[in-house]
Amino acid sequence: MPVKRIDKTAMPERNAKQRARDFSEVNEGYRYEHALFEAERCLRCQDPVCVEGCPVRVPIDKFIHRVAARDLAGAAQILRDANPLSSICGRVCPQEMQCEKNCHMGARYRPVAIGHLERFVSDWAQGQPLTTNGQAKKPWRAEKVAIVGSGPSGLVCAGELARLGHPVTVFEALHAPGGVLRYGIPEFRLPNRILDAELDGLRRLGVEFVNNVIIGKTLTLDQLFDEMGYSAVFIGTGAGLPKFMNIPGEGLNGVYSANEFLTRINLMQASSFPHVDTPVEVGKRVAVIGSGNTAMDCVRSSLRMGAEEAMVVYRRSEKEMSARVEEYHHAIEEGVKFLWLNNPVEVMGDDKGWVTGLKCMKMELGAPDDSGRARPVPIKGSEFVIPVDTVVLAIGTTPNPLLTRANKDIRTTKWGGLMVDEGTGETSRRRVYAGGDAVTGAATVILAAGAGKRAATAIHEDLVKEAQPV
Amino acid sequence: MPKVISKQQITPVTRKYVIAAPLIAHSAKPGQFVIVRVREGGERIPLTIADYDAKAGTVTIVVQEVGATTHMLSQIEEGGEILDMLGPLGEPAHIPAGGHTVGVGGGYGAAALTCIMREATARGDKTTLIMGARTKDLLILEDELRRACTNVEVCTDDGSKGFKGFVTERLGQLIEGQGPGRPDRVVAIGPMGMMQAVAEVTRPFDIPTFVSMDPVMVDGTGMCGGCRITVGGEQRFACVDGPMFDGHQVDFAEAVRRRKMYVKEEKLAVTCQRAHEGGE
Ligand code: FES
Repeated sequence: MPVKRIDKTAMPERNAKQRARDFSEVNEGYRYEHALFEAERCLRCQDPVCVEGCPVRVPIDKFIHRVAARDLAGAAQILRDANPLSSICGRVCPQEMQCEKNCHMGARYRPVAIGHLERFVSDWAQGQPLTTNGQAKKPWRAEKVAIVGSGPSGLVCAGELARLGHPVTVFEALHAPGGVLRYGIPEFRLPNRILDAELDGLRRLGVEFVNNVIIGKTLTLDQLFDEMGYSAVFIGTGAGLPKFMNIPGEGLNGVYSANEFLTRINLMQASSFPHVDTPVEVGKRVAVIGSGNTAMDCVRSSLRMGAEEAMVVYRRSEKEMSARVEEYHHAIEEGVKFLWLNNPVEVMGDDKGWVTGLKCMKMELGAPDDSGRARPVPIKGSEFVIPVDTVVLAIGTTPNPLLTRANKDIRTTKWGGLMVDEGTGETSRRRVYAGGDAVTGAATVILAAGAGKRAATAIHEDLVKEAQPV
Repeated sequence: MPKVISKQQITPVTRKYVIAAPLIAHSAKPGQFVIVRVREGGERIPLTIADYDAKAGTVTIVVQEVGATTHMLSQIEEGGEILDMLGPLGEPAHIPAGGHTVGVGGGYGAAALTCIMREATARGDKTTLIMGARTKDLLILEDELRRACTNVEVCTDDGSKGFKGFVTERLGQLIEGQGPGRPDRVVAIGPMGMMQAVAEVTRPFDIPTFVSMDPVMVDGTGMCGGCRITVGGEQRFACVDGPMFDGHQVDFAEAVRRRKMYVKEEKLAVTCQRAHEGGE
């Protein structure tokens, strides 16, 4: 019956009013019957173009068919083999720009809800009793690999190498592993228990995690190779330093980078202050500058921290917004205001140095710029001040210079990203590989995961080749 | 977890800890700091490395009890462990060599000058440390600091020991040629107000002045930007570009204000802590 196939099976979600006041997950996840129904919508195309839309080429058609055949274990196995972070990607990937964009169903109706299904299957798998006895697997190869940074690219690289038998150690600078998945993405989108379950899975594969070690400071790359006996290193240090706009008033109290704002809330759990010791200042009115997922995370977090009014200020229009559609819709439902075509030019403050407002200039769209997007042009004399108490800048990051400062033999691109061989991910230093945002600049979880996976394969081949007698 | 090897009360509110942290001790250089967290749910706070011993694998920190976290730290006894410690962070102090290097240490800031002064002395600089406190009982680590420098000038506000007056006044006298004589450069570590005052004393004479900034930090690795300060009109991150900066270029007014951003919350945290402890 084609009629019932028109619409995507809606994701059950918590009531907007209620959820906008706490940090519990917004989406409740499919139930079994939702998943079966949605899997049935798949047209079983000869050419599963959805797979091409996926940066790590998850065999989407195959896992969906297993769901339709009520074989969740089979579906889970397919997902796990293709994408070690599927429970996370099912939640945070911009599916509408990847797999679901290609879905043939989307041409006439709405695409199959691939992301929702991925999440359903991997959540189901996380809930299954362990088939192993919970003991970590013992690596069987001699060549040890060090992973620098425990964000998505590092985790995937670690998991793949452990699967291939290598002893793997992941070094994390912060006091808890997960990188941006821990400090960046809020719990209402990615609960910590999901991340913890993925980390436990990696531990069972034999991956070792060491917190509070920053490579380039606590230990050097040379020490990893020469003193600690690692045969290869993968660098997945992420995007690093937050960008500021360099407008007057950024030093005022009440101005945050998105990284700091989210880290205080997510990693340091500032919502529980004073039960925990790290606070965050969220005023009655909060303006978040930017339009990506990070901006949505900040603006929605500020509502949850008690802001009465939270708004996104962006110099381009809604069309140029880069956030996932789902996050945008959720933000609107939760009461976030969007001020398109407004360019902040100054943060205003009182005589005590606290933020009182954001001065903006109205913009209009002109001819397309280098990126092909319409260039916003300021309208003369249109300055006005939005009264706010808190300003969060979510306008991107630049690469963290710590590791490259300490290791001049690792070459960087003009903008500071690590230079790597595209196929293998190897940097200008032999046996040092890199992937994720440290290479590409801020991108998505799945792209980072893909880079981690590619590098793992290259590292393994490289090390095995050497180990084999010629 | 890093273990507290020894703990010593050096003034009623200041303690010196020697902590076993071999990796940090091995890589540390003068001027760097660590980030410490002492309980689940605890804050991450930066603490200057006062001294380190690569051979023994130990790091020395001197902590003044000022808030909830430093209070909890004070409860950790010898043999106890520190939950998290990350370091060494920041750039080592790049102090030009030769001539007369003068350190100015206010309060517990003097401790942070130990290894910086020792290094300067070892490479052949004439070194003087001007250390100050309100009264003589609050002076810290005088013996150790005497071993690290050619001269030590003690100042107390009440005149109970050494020069009666502020460190900045004594510094002014040195600049005029008194005592050990005019500095070729000054390194100041202590409360922001004191570092700012030192920079103002040296400015008219163009004496290069280094200050160690300790803004509020979260990660300490360049990720959050919370530690940003303005130096010479440009934004810098104290945890990766600092903590040492040119004292004549630092926007102290902004730094002082940003340092006080969470005063309200810090008070609340201490109140909660007291209530909690009282209930036990
Ligand atoms: S403390 Fe976060 S960037 Fe310096």
